[in-house]
Formats: sequence, C-alpha cells, structure tokens
Amino acid sequence: MGTPGEGLGRCSHALIRGVPESLASGEGAGAGLPALDLAKAQREHGVLGGKLRQRLGLQLLELPPEESLPLGPLLGDTAVIQGDTALITRPWSPARRPEVTPGGAGGHPRLQGRSGVRMSRARSSRPKVDGVRKALQDLGLRIVEMADENATLDGTDVLFTGREFFVGLSKWTNHRGAEIVADTFRDFAVSTVPVSSPCHLRSFCGMGGPRTVVAGSSDAAQKAVRAMAVLTDHPYASLTLPDDAAADCLFLRPGLPGVLPFLLHRGGGDLPNSQEALQKLSDVTLVPVSCSELEKAGAGLSSLCLVLSTRPHS
Amino acid sequence: MTTEVGSASEVKKESDQLGADATKEKPKEAAENQQNQSSDLEEEKDSQSSPSAKSQSSTQRQKRQKDPSESRGISRFIPPWLKKQKSYNLVVAKDGGDKREPTQAVVEEQVLDKEESLPEEERQAKGDAEEAAQRKQQVIKVDIEEEKPSVSSPETQPAEEVRKEEREEEKVKEIQEDKSEEAAKRETKEVQTNELNAEKAVQKATKKTKSVQCKVTLLDGTEYSCDLEHLCWAVFSLEIQESGAVEINKRAKGQVLFDKVCEHLNLLEKDYFGLSFQESPEQKNWLDPAKQIKRQLRNLPWLFTFNVKFYPPDPSQLTEDITRYFLCLQLRQDIASGRLPCSFVTHALLGSYTLQAELGDYDPEEHASHDLSDFQFAPSQTKELEEKVVELHKTHRGLSPAQADSQFLENAKRLSMYGVDLHHAKDSEGVDIKLGVCANGLLIYKDRLRINRFAWPKILKISYKRSNFYIKVRPAELEQFESTIGFKLPNHRAAKRLWKVCVEHHTFYRLVSPEQPPKAKFLTLGSKFRYSGRTQAQTRQASTLIDRPAPHFERTSSKRASRILDGALVGVVDQSLTKDSPGPGEVSAYGRGVVSTAIVQDGDGRRDLRSPTKAPHVHLIEGKKNSLRVEGDNIYVRHSNLMLEDLDKAQEDILKHQASISELKRNFMESTPEPRPNEWEKRRITPLSLQIQGRKGDHLFKDILSMTEKHQMAATRTVEEKAQAADKKRAPESEGPCAGASDAVKSSHETLNVVEEKKQAEVGKDERVITEEMNGKELSPGSGPGDIRKVEPLTQKDSTSLSSESSSSSESEEEDVGEYRPHHRVTEGTIKEEQEEDEEEVEEEPSQASQVVEREAAVPEASPDRHAGASVSAVETVTQEHVVALNIPAEKSVHEGAFKQDVSEDTEDEQHKVNGEVSHVDIDVLPQIICCSEPPVVKTEMVTISDASQRTEISTKEVPIVQTETKTITYESPQIDGGAAGDSGTLLTAQTITSDSVSTTTTTHITKTIKGGISETRIEKRIVITGDTDIDHDQALAQAIREAREQHPDMSVTRVVVHKETELDEGEE
Repeated sequence: MGTPGEGLGRCSHALIRGVPESLASGEGAGAGLPALDLAKAQREHGVLGGKLRQRLGLQLLELPPEESLPLGPLLGDTAVIQGDTALITRPWSPARRPEVTPGGAGGHPRLQGRSGVRMSRARSSRPKVDGVRKALQDLGLRIVEMADENATLDGTDVLFTGREFFVGLSKWTNHRGAEIVADTFRDFAVSTVPVSSPCHLRSFCGMGGPRTVVAGSSDAAQKAVRAMAVLTDHPYASLTLPDDAAADCLFLRPGLPGVLPFLLHRGGGDLPNSQEALQKLSDVTLVPVSCSELEKAGAGLSSLCLVLSTRPHS
Repeated sequence: MTTEVGSASEVKKESDQLGADATKEKPKEAAENQQNQSSDLEEEKDSQSSPSAKSQSSTQRQKRQKDPSESRGISRFIPPWLKKQKSYNLVVAKDGGDKREPTQAVVEEQVLDKEESLPEEERQAKGDAEEAAQRKQQVIKVDIEEEKPSVSSPETQPAEEVRKEEREEEKVKEIQEDKSEEAAKRETKEVQTNELNAEKAVQKATKKTKSVQCKVTLLDGTEYSCDLEHLCWAVFSLEIQESGAVEINKRAKGQVLFDKVCEHLNLLEKDYFGLSFQESPEQKNWLDPAKQIKRQLRNLPWLFTFNVKFYPPDPSQLTEDITRYFLCLQLRQDIASGRLPCSFVTHALLGSYTLQAELGDYDPEEHASHDLSDFQFAPSQTKELEEKVVELHKTHRGLSPAQADSQFLENAKRLSMYGVDLHHAKDSEGVDIKLGVCANGLLIYKDRLRINRFAWPKILKISYKRSNFYIKVRPAELEQFESTIGFKLPNHRAAKRLWKVCVEHHTFYRLVSPEQPPKAKFLTLGSKFRYSGRTQAQTRQASTLIDRPAPHFERTSSKRASRILDGALVGVVDQSLTKDSPGPGEVSAYGRGVVSTAIVQDGDGRRDLRSPTKAPHVHLIEGKKNSLRVEGDNIYVRHSNLMLEDLDKAQEDILKHQASISELKRNFMESTPEPRPNEWEKRRITPLSLQIQGRKGDHLFKDILSMTEKHQMAATRTVEEKAQAADKKRAPESEGPCAGASDAVKSSHETLNVVEEKKQAEVGKDERVITEEMNGKELSPGSGPGDIRKVEPLTQKDSTSLSSESSSSSESEEEDVGEYRPHHRVTEGTIKEEQEEDEEEVEEEPSQASQVVEREAAVPEASPDRHAGASVSAVETVTQEHVVALNIPAEKSVHEGAFKQDVSEDTEDEQHKVNGEVSHVDIDVLPQIICCSEPPVVKTEMVTISDASQRTEISTKEVPIVQTETKTITYESPQIDGGAAGDSGTLLTAQTITSDSVSTTTTTHITKTIKGGISETRIEKRIVITGDTDIDHDQALAQAIREAREQHPDMSVTRVVVHKETELDEGEE
C-alpha cells in the first residue's frame, strides 16, 4: 500500500491517445460541441505528450487516433488507475462505450521511450484490440471490468487523493458506478460527492500535492470541496483558483522520492488568472500546458492522459 | 407485605430469564412499548444491581430499587425522588458492603475449597452474625432464583402502589422525607426478614449451588473456560481446577471474567479489548464489564469471544509487543472474515507479514512443508494470492516477529475500514445503509460507499428511541441551525447497541477520562450507560507505567485460527461451542477493581495493571465501586458537546410534568448534605460541591465563565495555583455535602480540570486535550459538577416553565470552545437560598421573580470595582434561546471563605449602558459575581444591551423551527481585558469543557496565563438554555452569575453577555 499520500502521483508511464479528425467534425459523441480547430487541438495534444515525455521523463504510450472514437483522446474517462489496478469504466454516454468495449476499436499503442524509441512491448500482432485496456494490461496492471449494466462511471469523476477516493455523482456517474470503484479499491475509503454542475468532478478540482486539494471558485466546486472536507478522515489544505478548469491539474511524481514532483497545470498558458494562486503551491515544479481547444470537447488534463506506475509498490 | 414483596423482588432480580421479566412488566405497562421496556428494564437492573449492593441490601430495599428500575416504562411515571431514594438505598448498601467484604472473602474461599456443595451451615458458623445474615440472604437469592424462576404478582402490585402514591404527591418534600424514613425502617425490617429467610434458605441453597461454565474463545482460536460459581459472587479468588477452568461467581460482573482472560493472556494493555457474546448470528454484544454477566447474557450460553474493542489508531503507540500481537490476531480474523476489506495486494502484503511473524524468514525447504492453504489470508484465497504472499515473504528477510507484526499493523491501520464497527440501518427514506462507528466519528455507508461522515466534534448528541437512532449535529459551515438525523435500526436492541458503541467510542477516543453515568433518579429517561473503562488517553498513560520485561509469548500459527475461521466466520462463538479445549494455564486472580478510573485517579495505574490482588482487596474495590456507582449517579456529567444520552423524549415529557414537583423537592433534599464520612467522600473534591450546588438550584442557566481569551494560554504553574488547588480540595470536604461523587467523576475532574495542578499536568501529559480543543473543543470530561447542575436545572425548569427542550437549541458553535464547569463552590447560605427558591419555584414563581428584581437593584452597588473591565465580546450563540456568558478574568485563589466573601464590593464604578432592554438582564447577579473576586481589579464599565432582532430559523427535518426573537445583552468591564487581549502572557493551561443536559448546554473555557509574574485565570462560560417558553431571563442570568460567583469566589466577572432567542412558535422535535 505504501505510505499514504506518498503514493499520490507516482508514475512511470503516461498513456494518451491521438486526436482524430472526427473530433473536430463534431461527429459521434462530439455532437453538440462547438466546432473546434482540429489543428490547434492536435497541436495542444502533441505538446502535452511532449511535456509528459520530455519534461516529466515519463515513458509515453500514445495510442493512435481512432476515427470511430471521436472522444478517444479523453481516455481519462475510460479507466481509473491506482497502484497496480486499473478499473475500466463504463462511460455514461453510450457513444463512448466502444472505447472500453473489449476487443473493440482502439488500435495498438505506440510506445515511446524517453528517447522516442519504440518499446518492444508494443506488438502490432493484434491490430484491433481495445487500446486502453490492452495497453494497461501490457503494462502489468490488473484489469478490473465493470460488468454491471446499471453502473455508469466516467473516470474523470474520480479523484484520488493518495489516501482515499472521491467519486463525483454527476450526470455521468451513478451510485452503482461509484460502488464499483469502492469494490475495486478496497484499501481505500471511497466517498461520493454530489456534483451539482454539469461537469465532471475532476473538471473543477484536483490535487496540488499529497495534502492539498485544488479547486475552482465556482459554487459547484466549492460545494464539492466542502462535501469532501466533511467526508474525509484526513485533513487537506485547499487551494482555490479563479478558474475551475485550472483546478484540473495533475500532480505527478515520476522521479525518485527526493526529486521535486511536478504539477501539470493550465495556469500558465490558457488560464493565466490562476497562475498566481498556483504559485502558492510549494514543493512542486509547475509545468504549464494548455488545452483550451481540446477543452471545447470537454477535455481536461485529467481526461487527456492516464498515468500509472509499473512498480507501484516498490 | 414487606416480606413478600421482598422475596418477589429477589426473585425478579435473580431470574435470568428474560421472559420472566417481560411477563412481569406486561401487566403494568400494557400499553407501553414492551420491547423497549423490557430491554431498558434489563439494562436498568443490570446497572443498578451491582453485586455488592445487592447482597447487602435487604430484600426490602432491593425491591424498592428494583421496581422503579424494573419497569422502564413505568419509571416514566415515577417521580424522580423515588429514584433518589433508590440511590440512597444503594449507598447504604455500599457501606454495608465494605464492612462485609472480608467476611465474604473468607466465605468464598471456603466455598471454593469445599467445592460447590458447601453446606450452608458451615459458612454461617464461621461468619459473624451479621455476615451470616447477609450470607444467608445471598443464599436465599440463589435459592429463589432456582426455585422460582417465574415472577410473582405481589411484587408488581406493590410497585404500582408506590407509583400511585408518588403521583399523588404534590408536596413532595415532606413525602420524600417520609419515604426516606420508611426506607430506613424497611431496612431494619429487612434485616430481620433476611435472617428469617436465611435460615430457611440455607438448606435449599446447599443443594442448589452449582457453577456455570463459561468459555471464551481467544484470538488465537483457543478456548478459555471458566466456571462461574453461584455461591460466591464477586469472587475473585480463582480456583484453578484441573481442567484449567476457573471458578467465578455466576453473579460476577463482566470485568471479573475479562480480567481473568487478560490475566490468562498475560495482557496488560487490555483496555483496547473486550469480551463479546453472540446474541444472534448477526448481533454481537459487548459484555459490559460493570454489569453482571448473567444479566447480560440472559439465557444465552456462557460463550464469549475475546476481541479488540477499540482499535488503536496508531498501533505503534502500544507499549507491548504482546498487545500488538493480539491486535494482529484480531485483524487477521477481521480480514479473513471479510470485515476488513482489502485489495489483493494488501491481502498479499499482510499475509506475507503474517508468515514472517509466524514462520520467520523465508526458507525454501521449510516452506515446502507448509501448506499455505492452512493460512487464511483473505476471505477467498486463491493460488495467485498465496504465490504473491510467498513472493513478498521473501522480501521480509530479517524481520523479527515483532517487527513483522508492526509492519502488519502499519499497513492494516491504513485500511479505510480499520476499526470501523458497522451497523445495519436504514435512513429516513428507508434506504439500506450502514453506520460505521470509529475513532473519529460516525461514518455512513451506502453499500461500500461512504456517503456521509459525522466527526465526533460535530455530533452534539446521540440518542435512541425504540429502534431509531438519532444524532444531533452541529450546524454546518453555512448553516445556522442544528439538525437531528434519524436512522432506523432493525430493532430496539440494535439501536441501543449502536448507541452504546457510540458512547463508548466517543468516550474512549475523544475524552480524557470517562464520563460519569447519569444518576438514575434523574435520568429515568434513558439508559444510564456510560463507558466506564479507561479512555485511550488513560490507557496510554497507564501503559507508560508498565515496566515488566517483555513477556514471552507464543505466536500461535494462524493456521489454527484460520481453520476456526473457516468454519465460523460469522459466529466464532458458535464454534467455540463445538470446541472443547480447556483454557491452558494458570489464571491468577486479578483483583483490580472494576472501575479503572478510580485506580487511575489514585495514581496507581500500576497496581491496576499488574498486581493480582487478593480477594478481600477486590472486595473492597468492589464496594467502592458500588458506592461510586450509586453516588456517582448524582452526577450527570457531560463533558463534551456530545450528549451521549439516551433520552426518550416522549418519556421525558411525560416525566417532566409528573415529576416536576417532586423533582424540585428532591433537589431540595439532595442539597442537604448527608454527611457520610467515608473514604471516598473525604477524597472528594470540589466537583462534588459543585454538584451539590448545581443540584441545589441553579436552574436555568448554565453559567459559564468564559475566558475571553482563548488564545492566551500560559505555561507555568505558580505556587499560588497550587495553593489554590489545595484549597479547593479542602473546601469540598468541609462543605460536606458530598452526597455522591463517584471517584470516577472525581478523578476525571481532577485530572482534567478541577484541580489545577492536575490539570496542568494533564495538559502536559495529554496532548489530546489540547488537540481536541483545537479541533472542536469537544473535550473533556471535566465538568462533572457543572453537568449536574445543568441537569437539575433542567429538570426544574422543565417542570416549571419549560416544556421539553426544543430542538432548536442547545448548543451553539461556541461549544467549540468547549465548556467547563469549574469549581463551583457553594456557600451554605447560597444553597439554602436556592433550595428555597426551588421550592418556591413551583408554587411561587412570582415571588421569585420579585426576588430577582431585588437583586437586580442591588447589582449596581455590589459589583463594580472588582470587575475588571470586560470587553464585550458578544456571545453569539445564535442558535440558542438563551445564552449567558460570563467572562471572569481574575486570579483564582480559592479560599474556603471565598464564597462568603463580600459580594458587595464596589458598585460605584459600574456603569451600565443599556442599549436595549435592560430589564431583562438581571443585574443583580453581577454584583454577586463581583464579590467573588479577590483581587480588586475590574470595574464594570458598561453594560451593553443590544436588542432583539427577529430571526427566522430554518427548519430542519426533524426539527421544525420557528421564528425567533433574538436579544443580546452584554455587560462588560473593559479594564481587564486589556490584558487579555493585548499582551498575551505565557500560557499555562487552557482547557475547554462542554457539558450539557437536556435543555442546557454549558461550555467552559479556561485559560491560565502568566503575565508579568501574575497568573491570570480566565474562565469563559457559555450557557445555553433551551426550553419552551417562559424562561425568566433575569432569573436565569442572576443564577448564572451567582453560580459563577460561587464557583469562583475569588474571581471577578468581567463580562456578561446575554443572548436570547425566543421561539415564537413552539417547535416540536
């Protein structure tokens, strides 16, 4: 189990999936979303991957874009990873279910090392496997499926603090889905947090450190934070940012314990208002990225990548 | 009739059979909820009839006691004074008990030697006449029990008669006296009767004695069995029989058995553990150490399991490895049974530590010989898991068993369900949920999900009624009012069990010392149950005194345990039935008294921990304990915001009306000290006097002396303070009234707050205190006296003017501050006065009012000089109807004479500025308070009265609330405050105590600081009084101030803030 809180952000690998053209065209699940600049979105996505790989030193697995899965890049919704366990979710949107359907579309990952060398693990022998599941499985994670037809869960409704889970009961995630999270990660308390606004839990809050919850200033965000404060056995500091979206940051600790962890955030580029507040976070190296274009499709940092450690217990 | 009744009651007492009880009650209570009654009844009996008390008390008395207690439902109708009488009887019994003990011990030994069928005659011969008589009586009881398991009607009737009488009595006082006289007479009669009976009984008894075997399943899966022998009850001389079983009396209390088991296990840090028995497959009950085993078990087989009751949040703080070992065993059971869910990885990790602890370093060869499937690492164990376990086991090379256990615990303690005791329930909408009681509070789960959490500091009150369980919670950040949340449990017993567990957990983890059980008489309304063991703080303290070489113990293989578990995950007990392994080893008598608190108080934790005492000694302790219990009942202490009380509101209401009058009288009576020089009393300290005072009369308000500056706290102790402390100690004695402080109470108070020396020490020792304060100030126990006071006031109030407590009320955020009821001192004069008031209250309320008025007038004259200026910090207790806060910064030196000190000091300086309705404020009080202060310090400068604003309360679910009228009145004397606010001296101590009773809540915050060589003690009290309508504010304030003055004669009042909120509508809970 490791030391509580210390496990937060431990990672060695990051998984992303390329932006398909279908995202920009507004097809599929993207229907109703404002048109977005595909090139810009792809550029943002590319930058994100670059930062993960080069700045943070993670081994980056990039799944190729899949046109049939316009929201494929938002793979953060499709899995909840803690330690050596990955729970494959059951997204609320039926249109996104193919993203997690075993054997469904997905393509195979290109695994790039720090130097960009393809990893031998990425075998192209199975052309049409579900990307995320397969990738995670290949990385040695225990895969847990959500078999319950009544359960819905978007991965970005789950906040792991290092000590416990909070699952936002939002438009996308129901009680049953949360229960499966609890069932999967039994070592941890799993609390449900009602999410009042039409967004995911993670779209307005995140972890700024092992003991710090970062949240936006909207009512929904603050309300959720208060709810979490009530539910937790552990005291967290909370940092409020002007922008909800800026709170969707990633606390990552790719290196050894002695190395300063990173905070991947949007305060630098597209959400400058929150930059100042984020500076208050100590003991963390701020790494700004932006994804304002991808945000139009509902993406945030938490949904654009999955991070994991292949040696969670060492 | 007397005799008859007596025997009947005896029978009742003795009969184990629930059914019998129920039968008895039915006739009486017919309409009432029988379930509740019976269970309540049961409990009542248990609690009241401590062995020693019983034995000694004559039949008559017993009957007396029994009847009221017996019928819970009935008890509603019984005026409190009756109950009081009960306690009186008990006390007597106790005295007798002390005398008797030695003899008894002798007898017991004999019995033991001679085996069960010792001829009764023989014993008699050896004993004195008296003793013989007592002896006989016991015998008789046994006899009766055996012979007449079923209840006889006579008993019932008399009880009813009594009740009727009581109801009719309006002028209680006299009656009360009569009663007591009667009681006395009865006692004498009883003795005679007893003797008569005894003779008859002897023969029967001889045949009837038999022993009961009880079996305890230990954590390692072995079974330990004891014989509980009938005749020698409260037996501590344990005879080890060939089988390895031990005899203890069938009437022995849970503690006896528990102590034996711990002794057997060589376990010193035993406060984390307990014995449980299985009432049904789903229902596990904890054996209450303070009650007779038999009564708790009823007809259940004497099968117990030894379990961890309070999971230490940080096992590394345990002193001994052996304790950790037992904790490990428990956790392994919990894990294997699924009670403690873990992930696969954790199962493997914990399993690997188990292997390391039990098998040592991984050895491939040896490993081959072990079949891992013998171990149970998880509820459902897979090959994969076993492989993982082995893999991890290899990495633990070099860890000693103790280290492996420690690692095991370090990982296990982080599991989210570690130490969470789950109870099935339904929420208000009928949805299935689980309530998890843990160290931090109450967790609400739906399925596996935590959907809500109520930390202890957030919970103001816990209660149950029938099968409903309620918690009253502090308003959330943005909310203004408290809310009560109800849960539906499967049945009444489940609700009660949950309630008890909550009380225990709260006390254990949150308090520094246990609260005193409420006095029977007063709290007829609910269970008197309180956790009587040591708190975590105390047990840690005690653990530091352990100085024995680390005991050698065998780590039994979990194989064994796991096998057991395989069969009976659910009911370990049941398995034990089938199993028949006699407990190994020697069991030595463990003589510690049941009340650990008392021991702690003595400062003799060690003895407590270690030394086996001999029977006689034990008896003594028992006797004391009894007395404690009895006397302690007078005190209803609530230290924390958490009102751990089980008040049945309905009952309460009924009672209030009926009992009001008698209650008043009772109070009156109580106030009269009954000098009973016994050891305990002598030791008794201030708190007692406080109690008394409270009883006497300060009704309405809980006064609080609040130290304005919570932040200032000082650190050094001055000689002066010591002197004070000493004085305080003395004072009570001289005052004499001490009717019933129990040691436990005393000790707790002392430890915490009352005695300053101790207080400080405590603070030093116990960080918890402070921490808690910071967290929520829900602190500690210390305020016993205050509580009492509150309680009484409540009753009175209720009776008089206030109807039930309206939900709207009682505690405010301020309770965060915590309350404390500091040393109250009662002057005799005061007492009388109050008494009078009480009496008058019912009949002559008007007159009282007039009195108040007069006082008011007096105020200005009296007070001023002394008052250090208090800055007015308005007390914002919005929620409450009435709040009175007194700030009394001053030097505290308590002299006996203090109370007598002049009340009338300088009035001149006082300037009252009245902004609003002055009339409401009882100015009169001020002077009195002022009088108390020795150091002429403060001048009361201004009185600010801010005025009523209308407010609409938000109604909560259960508590429909109403419109309120709010009024705030502040008096302050600026002078002093400069000090407080400005330069903060060195913090000596700071403490916060909260206590509440039904309609009042008192929060006391005390800080001691040293500034420039002068020590200053500030006490800030907040009193919240809740009631329906018609509280006489002036009077209440006056009382509060008076109380404050009395309690702290040498302190001056610097600020008084009255905040009043009146509901325009009546809310009903």
